[in-house]
Amino acid sequence: MLEVRVRHAFGEFTVDAAFKAPPGVTVLFGRSGSGKTTLVNAVAGLLTPDEGRIASDDRVLLDTARGISLKPHRRRLGYIFQEGRLFPHLSVRQNLGYGAWFAPRNAPREEFGRVVELLGIGPLLDRRPGALSGGEKQRVAIGRALLSAPQLILADEPLAALDEARKAEILPYFERLRDEVAVPILYVSHSGSEVARLATTVVALEAGRVIAQGAAAEVLGDPSILPSGAREAGAVLTARVARHHEDGLTELDAGGVPLFLPRLAEAPGRLLRIRIAAHDVILSRGRPEGLSALNILPGTVHEVRPGDGPGAIVALDTAGGRVLARITRRSADALALAPGVAAYAIVKTVSVAPSDIGGGRGHL
Amino acid sequence: MADWLGPEEWRAVALSLQVSLWATLASLPLGVFVAYALARWSFPGKQLLNGLVHLPLILPPVVTGYLLLLTLGTRGPVGSILADWGIVLAFRWTGAAVAASIMAFPLMVRAIRLSIEAIDPKLEQAGATLGASPVWVFATVTLPMALPGILAGSILAFAKAMGEFGATITFVSNIPGQTRTIPSAIYAFLQVPGGESSAMKLVIVSVVVAMSALLLSELVGRRIAARVGGA
Repeated sequence: MLEVRVRHAFGEFTVDAAFKAPPGVTVLFGRSGSGKTTLVNAVAGLLTPDEGRIASDDRVLLDTARGISLKPHRRRLGYIFQEGRLFPHLSVRQNLGYGAWFAPRNAPREEFGRVVELLGIGPLLDRRPGALSGGEKQRVAIGRALLSAPQLILADEPLAALDEARKAEILPYFERLRDEVAVPILYVSHSGSEVARLATTVVALEAGRVIAQGAAAEVLGDPSILPSGAREAGAVLTARVARHHEDGLTELDAGGVPLFLPRLAEAPGRLLRIRIAAHDVILSRGRPEGLSALNILPGTVHEVRPGDGPGAIVALDTAGGRVLARITRRSADALALAPGVAAYAIVKTVSVAPSDIGGGRGHL
Repeated sequence: MADWLGPEEWRAVALSLQVSLWATLASLPLGVFVAYALARWSFPGKQLLNGLVHLPLILPPVVTGYLLLLTLGTRGPVGSILADWGIVLAFRWTGAAVAASIMAFPLMVRAIRLSIEAIDPKLEQAGATLGASPVWVFATVTLPMALPGILAGSILAFAKAMGEFGATITFVSNIPGQTRTIPSAIYAFLQVPGGESSAMKLVIVSVVVAMSALLLSELVGRRIAARVGGA
């Protein structure tokens, strides 16, 4: 368990946040400028905050009240930077071995061969970083952090510099990391889909303050918390693979409600987490007839939250979990949507993007 | 080839190489340290240090030589202490090396400083997060990445030391076999009738040594850059 309490002023802007990161992936989620990187750098020791206390289990990394501030190299962290920051004068193999060389001899460490295999970087070992693609660099950076025998892994928007295809290439490795490596991970992101896929715990930040923290489904399903803006809002559901149909669709079971998705390469019985973006959901008061959409979830309105513009976010409790819908305020009025009112959420089959589907191990 | 240069010319060439090599190698650690301090640290008196390092570049060399004579001469404040320990610099080849290294120092520091400034401090931070102490970060990240600049600085300093004349002749005079380097020898040959051909030969040697040094630095520099670069 990592416990962080930090207060730091940059001129007008103040970061004043406290959160706990239990084992698994804790995502610091918020827009750019919300103080995410400041917090991670404070944990890493690259920034000394005006005031605060940071402790990883029983190890105190920072306690300004007691005048304790460990130097970065004594904190035993693996930091995965947005830009990789591989050493250009060293080969991939030397980059991977760099941290292990400085780690205490008796520190519990990952085996080199296992990490290389986990990240699929075997063929790159004798190359130099200059000869790697963006995605390959990031995989090596993950391996380098992992092999330094860290007690905590920090990742500051490790996918932000990559294009969509490369993101899709790297995300599964973070999932494997979460599921196969015992080290807790503190992960900074402003992307709703990354959070939905990776987070065990979400810490939502806005203007330097924590506005919510808790389990991923809980935080992402709350319409009052839209750290990345209403545009990116989306709820996370848990569903089990029910069966594969002959027409190319896979049927999922979300709390008794069937959901149809284009064929997934997952065995029946497997639990998945699914993200439904709020702008992909249409609401209806009655069960719609004669509609091409396959996925219709009945539920009750939990909250209607008007946005700044003409839009509103409606939270609907369904048997499968909470769904967010982004509609206009005019529609919300016309449908007389209010807490307690019954409504149907209509989700187009294709609107559940494959990159938002990830293996969930009951974290939700 | 050996006959082409007379014994006196040979002595000047050998002495010049000896003086310049020592001047370069002995000042290199301090050069790297000062360059690092100027590139990475902020401390009171930084501009003063920067000015001091660059002073020999701007002052007339004769003035630098005279100041060296005043401080490091056997009766100077520093020189007298050194003399008590048995170290005499004035009118010795070691003094010539000191003069050459001081004259070459600004060029060396400048090249190394630029190469250190070109290294992204974020890479040094990455080293620290991986458990490397500041000394290890310097040894494993900063130093290897600054190698092209260190090499370029050394070659420049060596070439400058080979050509140093004003400060050398003022501080250690022009003693054959002791302090008569190539420039001093050329000057001496031109003072006597019939010395032009000897002077010309030394001029050719100077040009060849300078060109070889440049080519070598270019070659090695390119190799290192290919190894380090492209990140």
